[in-house]
Amino acid sequence: MIVYILKRLAIAIPTLLVLIIASFLLMHTAPGGPFTSERAVPPEVLANLNAKYGLDQPLWKQIATYLWNVVAHFDFGPSFSYKDRSVNDIIAQGFPVTLTYGFLSFIAAVLVGVTLGVTAAIKRNSWLDYLAVGISIGAQVLPNFVMAPILVLIFTLSLHWLPGGGWSFDDPRFWIMPVIALSTSYMASIARITRSSMLETLSSNHIRTARAKGLPKRKIIMRHALKPALLPVISYLGPAFVSMITGSVIVDVYFTTGGIGKSFVDSALNRDYAVMMGITILLGTLTILFNLVVDIVYGWIDPKIRY
Amino acid sequence: MPLLEVNDLNVRFATQEGEVHAVNGVSFALERGEALGIVGESGSGKSQLSFSILGLLAANGKASGSVKFEGREILNLPEPELNKLRADRISMVFQDPMTALNPYMRISDQMAEVLMLHKGLSKRAAVAEAAQMLELVKIPDAKNRVRLFPHEFSGGMRQRVMIAMALLCKPDVLIADEPTTALDVTVQAQIMDLLGELRRELGMATVLITHDLGVVAGFCERAIVMYGGQVMEQSPVDPLFANPTHPYTKGLLAALPRLDADRAMTPIRGNPPNMTGAPKGCPFCPRCDFVEEACADVMPPLAEFAPGRARACHRSIETIEEAAA
Repeated sequence: MIVYILKRLAIAIPTLLVLIIASFLLMHTAPGGPFTSERAVPPEVLANLNAKYGLDQPLWKQIATYLWNVVAHFDFGPSFSYKDRSVNDIIAQGFPVTLTYGFLSFIAAVLVGVTLGVTAAIKRNSWLDYLAVGISIGAQVLPNFVMAPILVLIFTLSLHWLPGGGWSFDDPRFWIMPVIALSTSYMASIARITRSSMLETLSSNHIRTARAKGLPKRKIIMRHALKPALLPVISYLGPAFVSMITGSVIVDVYFTTGGIGKSFVDSALNRDYAVMMGITILLGTLTILFNLVVDIVYGWIDPKIRY
Repeated sequence: MPLLEVNDLNVRFATQEGEVHAVNGVSFALERGEALGIVGESGSGKSQLSFSILGLLAANGKASGSVKFEGREILNLPEPELNKLRADRISMVFQDPMTALNPYMRISDQMAEVLMLHKGLSKRAAVAEAAQMLELVKIPDAKNRVRLFPHEFSGGMRQRVMIAMALLCKPDVLIADEPTTALDVTVQAQIMDLLGELRRELGMATVLITHDLGVVAGFCERAIVMYGGQVMEQSPVDPLFANPTHPYTKGLLAALPRLDADRAMTPIRGNPPNMTGAPKGCPFCPRCDFVEEACADVMPPLAEFAPGRARACHRSIETIEEAAA
């Protein structure tokens, strides 16, 4: 098991390297640059800027310097668009925010989604099933850029219960709307996957065996059906968790939470190479990490999988 | 009073294509300690018959009629009442040991939960008793292997585990639904020998559901031949094989390859019936060599013609026996 984890982590290194080089090249292939603007910049100024950020160097040298700084100094460089701010600062400031509302959204989505899915499956074709399916379809088709303003309209403008935007680590009232806006569509997907896989599990032979043992229904669900029914949910949760904790541009923009979801999109628009690279690497690392976590959880649930 | 008495049992399934009539008016009785075979080809309703007795039908299935256990009506009892009987008094062994065990749980946990539920044993005592039961079904090194997961056993060993699990509470009735169908021929013989031994040892009544006539001949005292969800013939095993009185039974026997007779086996022509919609007439009539006009319209009643023997056929026994000569 330990050997397997170490092996997977070792494989992650070349994967990340490929990710870094590929995104670096793609970024530079795209037309325009960080200092292209509508206002004509004098060529001397442009040359100075390019020299300051090393953009006058050949591409391979830029990549090599970047990699060296990242690996040796854990330094992702200065932002190209915000003077005096390094990528490390931007991530250190924004990531805790998205991590907080993302993690809470994850918990909410899993709890509500699994409960809805299991209830719908157990009470198949009853009003509870239709209600659960209805809620999850509603949550799925309502995009969060529609949901966010509706939430503000209700909770801020009409009821005055919650602040319409901003962020505070100390006041949970700031967290509620971002969490609702981010978690609903994930919750809907989790509910759908749980329902269908629970239905499949409940019609399998080993559940009939469990019924023939005289076990009460609750025990059959908890002891015999839940584990196999959750396997497909877990493989969905790995990537979903990463995309949740790295935030969402919609949430960051509507609720001005200041998370890295907005920074990522801004960096792409501004050709802020350094910020773009930094967040891409963060995303890539987390994705690799949580795919590994999913595989480990799989091995823990399914005894046929041994590493 | 018979131990288990089934009367006019019907099983229906609601499906997209219409109502499937899987079991139609089946009646039989099982005495304490008796071994009864239920024979029929795939789709003859024999498995659904066995599921309905313990209320294990799929959600779209409905059973009607009467099933009495020790004189008490148990068909369609509420789940909590049925749960008291399941595994404790009436136990089941299922067809496919590869999927009938829970792949995510240790054998010890799967077996122990039965004893903890019905006998109130502690986990430790239950696991110890489970290991003993595995020894009884001749699983070597049972003490250690009880901790394994199902996938760590071969098919034959898994079926032994299934049998051991079904016998934990020493039930009065064991219903074995094609217990050897998924296994190799040599393993089949071992499992049937084992079941026979255990039956004698524990004195339990057994309902053996199978399509294998050889297994019935070796194991059962009495047999019911089913076709299209209905009973075609019912008889003690010896006269059934010596003088089959129903064209379907005859066809089944003729379809068996034999080593002792110098003749080719003759398969029954045609295909199993479509079970959708209410049955009309004898379900076997499209495939029957003795068919006459009445067969397509009226299902003949199951009538006793000798002590313990009954048949459901319009044609006389003589007609059928003459054809064989």
